[in-house]
Amino acid sequence: MIAQFVSQHLPALQVVVPLIAAPVCVLLRRPTLSWLFALIVTWICFAMSIALLIRLESAGTIVYEMGGWPAPWGIEYRIGMTSAIVLVIVSGIGSVVMPYAKASVAAEIDPARHYLFYTCYLLCLCGLLGVVATGDAFNLFVFLEISSLSSYVLIGLGRDRRALTAAFQYLVMGTIGATSIVIGIGLLYLVTGSLNMADIAARLPEPGTNRTVLVAFAFLGLGAALKLALFPLHVWLPAAYTHAPSAVTAFLAATATKVGVYILLRFIFTVFGATFAFTTMPLDAMLLALAVAAMFVASAIAIFQNNVKRMLAYSSVAQIGYMVLGIGIATQAGVAAGLIHLFNHALMKGGLFMAIGCVFLRTGSVRLESMSGIARTMPWTMAAFVLGGLSLIGVPLTVGFISKLYLIRASFEAGLWPFGVLVVLSSLLAVAYIWRVVETAYFREPTAEAARATEAPLSMLLPTWVLIGACVYFGIDAELTVDTAFRAAAALMQANP
Amino acid sequence: MEFALPPFLPFFLGALVVAVLRGRVQAGVAILVPILGFANLWFGMPGAPETLQILDFTLVLVRADELAMLFGWLFHIAAFIGLVYSSHLRDTTQQVAALTYAGSALGAIFAGDFITLFIFWELLAVSSVFLIWARRTPRAIAAGFRYLLINVFSGVILLAGALVHLWETGSLEFSYIGLEAGLAGWLILLALGVKAAFPFLHNWLTDAYPEATPTGTVFLSAFTTKVAVYALARAYPGTELLIYIGGAMAMFPIFYAVIENDLRRVLAYSMINQIGFMVCGIGIGTALALNGAVSHAFNDVIFKGLLMMSMGAVLHMTGRINGSELGGLYKSMPITTVLCIVGAASISAFPLFSGFISKSMVMQAAMDEGYPVIWLALLFASAGVFHHAGIKIPFFAFFAHDSGIRTTEPPLNMLLAMGVSAVLCIGIGSYPDVLYGMLPYEAEYHPYDWSHVITQTQLLFFSALAFVWLNLTGRYPPELPSVNLDAEWFYRRLAPRAVGGVVATLVAAHAVLDRFGQRQMDRAVAFVEHHHGPEGYFARTWPTGSMVALVALVLVASLVFYLA
Repeated sequence: MIAQFVSQHLPALQVVVPLIAAPVCVLLRRPTLSWLFALIVTWICFAMSIALLIRLESAGTIVYEMGGWPAPWGIEYRIGMTSAIVLVIVSGIGSVVMPYAKASVAAEIDPARHYLFYTCYLLCLCGLLGVVATGDAFNLFVFLEISSLSSYVLIGLGRDRRALTAAFQYLVMGTIGATSIVIGIGLLYLVTGSLNMADIAARLPEPGTNRTVLVAFAFLGLGAALKLALFPLHVWLPAAYTHAPSAVTAFLAATATKVGVYILLRFIFTVFGATFAFTTMPLDAMLLALAVAAMFVASAIAIFQNNVKRMLAYSSVAQIGYMVLGIGIATQAGVAAGLIHLFNHALMKGGLFMAIGCVFLRTGSVRLESMSGIARTMPWTMAAFVLGGLSLIGVPLTVGFISKLYLIRASFEAGLWPFGVLVVLSSLLAVAYIWRVVETAYFREPTAEAARATEAPLSMLLPTWVLIGACVYFGIDAELTVDTAFRAAAALMQANP
Repeated sequence: MEFALPPFLPFFLGALVVAVLRGRVQAGVAILVPILGFANLWFGMPGAPETLQILDFTLVLVRADELAMLFGWLFHIAAFIGLVYSSHLRDTTQQVAALTYAGSALGAIFAGDFITLFIFWELLAVSSVFLIWARRTPRAIAAGFRYLLINVFSGVILLAGALVHLWETGSLEFSYIGLEAGLAGWLILLALGVKAAFPFLHNWLTDAYPEATPTGTVFLSAFTTKVAVYALARAYPGTELLIYIGGAMAMFPIFYAVIENDLRRVLAYSMINQIGFMVCGIGIGTALALNGAVSHAFNDVIFKGLLMMSMGAVLHMTGRINGSELGGLYKSMPITTVLCIVGAASISAFPLFSGFISKSMVMQAAMDEGYPVIWLALLFASAGVFHHAGIKIPFFAFFAHDSGIRTTEPPLNMLLAMGVSAVLCIGIGSYPDVLYGMLPYEAEYHPYDWSHVITQTQLLFFSALAFVWLNLTGRYPPELPSVNLDAEWFYRRLAPRAVGGVVATLVAAHAVLDRFGQRQMDRAVAFVEHHHGPEGYFARTWPTGSMVALVALVLVASLVFYLA
């Protein structure tokens, strides 16, 4: 009976469970209790997303009508291959970060505020999942705001006062992004009279005949680019990631920007259609140019950073460049490569930020100079960092290699081989910034604080190694990711010819 | 036996086990590994290639044909000797690194496709560098970094070449490539050339090998370059360019070896010289030449290992390795002296010693295929080897003036390892048919016929005669003991004037270029740092207002772009 109910309402429960759990978490108050509750909820979410992915094996797309109201009047949840992947990433990272968060949050956040942290965490998770699951444009905006507002709070919750400025700047930029998305949606509503994405797509006038559609396209593109931190609109990201509590950075870096990429994909392919975006509009050229700029400029900045978290944040901007590059190639193979990297980058950047969070826990600093010789006292943490770093560079047998291999292949197949070469060249910059950390941690004499440090607690190390282990596992056996990504890309390309 | 492990696996598993053991048990287990690996190869070598499916590629982990098997046996023997030699060590880093390194070399040898080769190629670099760092001096650490950088770079070029090859032919099979393959052929040749220490690409070898630990150098001299020689024999047999590269390699290190004071660096130069013979043989590409090249690789690993071990023993016991600080050690290390002389005789290709039966094959092939100039170059190189490796090494270390150092023989395990090598040197030299029977190509060759023995003996005896005569008449320069008469005229009369002028010009030009390059590089870095550094325009945390202005700008720009 219950099983049937769950199975029938799975798409809704995926979003509703964390949404309802969040206020319950406020009532629990006690730090450990609220943590345990949030942990269970995230794991349930993860199980549900896996169940959805498995169900998609037999069904092409899962359509769910909220409250039984049929679209386009009611709100419709529409889960295809792409959304299923992103759901798994978001809930998976959410459930891995949770056990990690206990020790990390205890050290970095005032105990009186712990329950607020877990509440916001669940809200943020709910928002991110909602954005991905929904098939309704306005509903997407609502969930985007839920996730954004809660993430501003999460960033500002730490003891670092600079986090407040960072959160404020993110708030301003994030709000502009969301506003721009809602303007875009409004303009589309003006033209089509509908808020359901599939319905909008069906009602859009012939490409190139309507200026309103064109302006909507510009606003939506801008909003998505802001959310996914596409160069040069990434300026909010480094400070926010640097000063946020470690667990928040790991969670947001691995999920929030990925959802941004998903929004971009969703609007390009299922609302406007690939033909409109890439043939009528020169979006592919813009994306390619900005992606290359991100790959090089952000990597170059990362090389000169002395704050390792900030360095990783800039590296994220560069890695987002790779995903956008894949989308900009605008073939099935390109979009698939972008999706593969979306999945892989979530694993490696999550793992890297978690490793650096372990260092912060023990030394209280993430400055490069304070990490001198830290590998002697924290060998497991630094080994995880090195593996994650190798993955970021794209060394074979790690996920980074798989991403770059498919990106390069896609660019060659599309006749855009210079971009393949650029991918390889920009990887060299990653070698430089990762190597700086490795050299400092392994070959310098330990500073006093590094010598005093002990290995991070198992509750933090294990989740870190789960992600790093996944980096290696999916680097060797990439069949699942590659297969799923190609099917998702095929579905996207056919969505609206 | 049906079941067999891939040859590299016993070593990697052994490295894992050794990592958790300590003391005598650790050393004992480490020595067991190559024995078990050997048994694995002997009893269970499968006929069909072992493959592994990754992504859409079929990786051929094990392809055991005769060429691969020859190197397979060799590397097991070399690993065994090296591990016996280092069994007195109580240094987990070195033991684990040595086993991983030997395993990677085996993996590379048996790799059947370029991706597998690339993985082991990089593992070779990464595992071996710890043998250099294990010396734990600032010089060794710096040299190790340079070594790592260049070797990893070689792997990257290999991967690039392999991908271009894949793109052009759709195949990743590690087999004949040749230079006809265009860009892929050149890239892969460059990658192999770096590892094989081609001229101008060789500096990593002479830079890093002498900085490694006394035991580490023994492993280093066995594997990396020989893997490259194997790969060249596999992918570029009969490439004419290699004949000339090989000839140059055989010649140029002699001059450096003569003026070098660090005796292990002398051996590093002589290593390049010996690889020259192999590369030359590969370039000639006939069955006889290829047999000569690979059998010389086989012998070189053993006799160069023996020489490196004897010098390692000297360094281990005295803490010194510069020729000018050593001398007279035969009084306190007589056994080591004899063993070193066996190695010296082998590298100098005395009849009945192992060098003779392989080196002369390459030279014979050069003559047969109509390369008399190359034959002369190799002859000159042979005489040069006799001078710097055959005489200079034992002479400066064990004889010459008495340095007053009094020490004892090295530990028993070192003597044993050297003894095994010496027995192999003499055994292979005296009964060459054992080695010939394992060679991969069909070619008839008899080393002990009149012309070979007489030519070589004449060369050696006249060199020795000259050595004695110069010594007796007091014309023998104490710092520069030179033996080879024609070479002597070349570098004592002509060289100082001609080469001196050229070298001075080159040095000046190089300095100018270097400064120019350095300045441009500095300028470029400064430019990037100015914009991208922490205080740079791109990396600063912007005021919120500027951020918002930027967003507006992007919106306007994209609107203009779309509406246009």
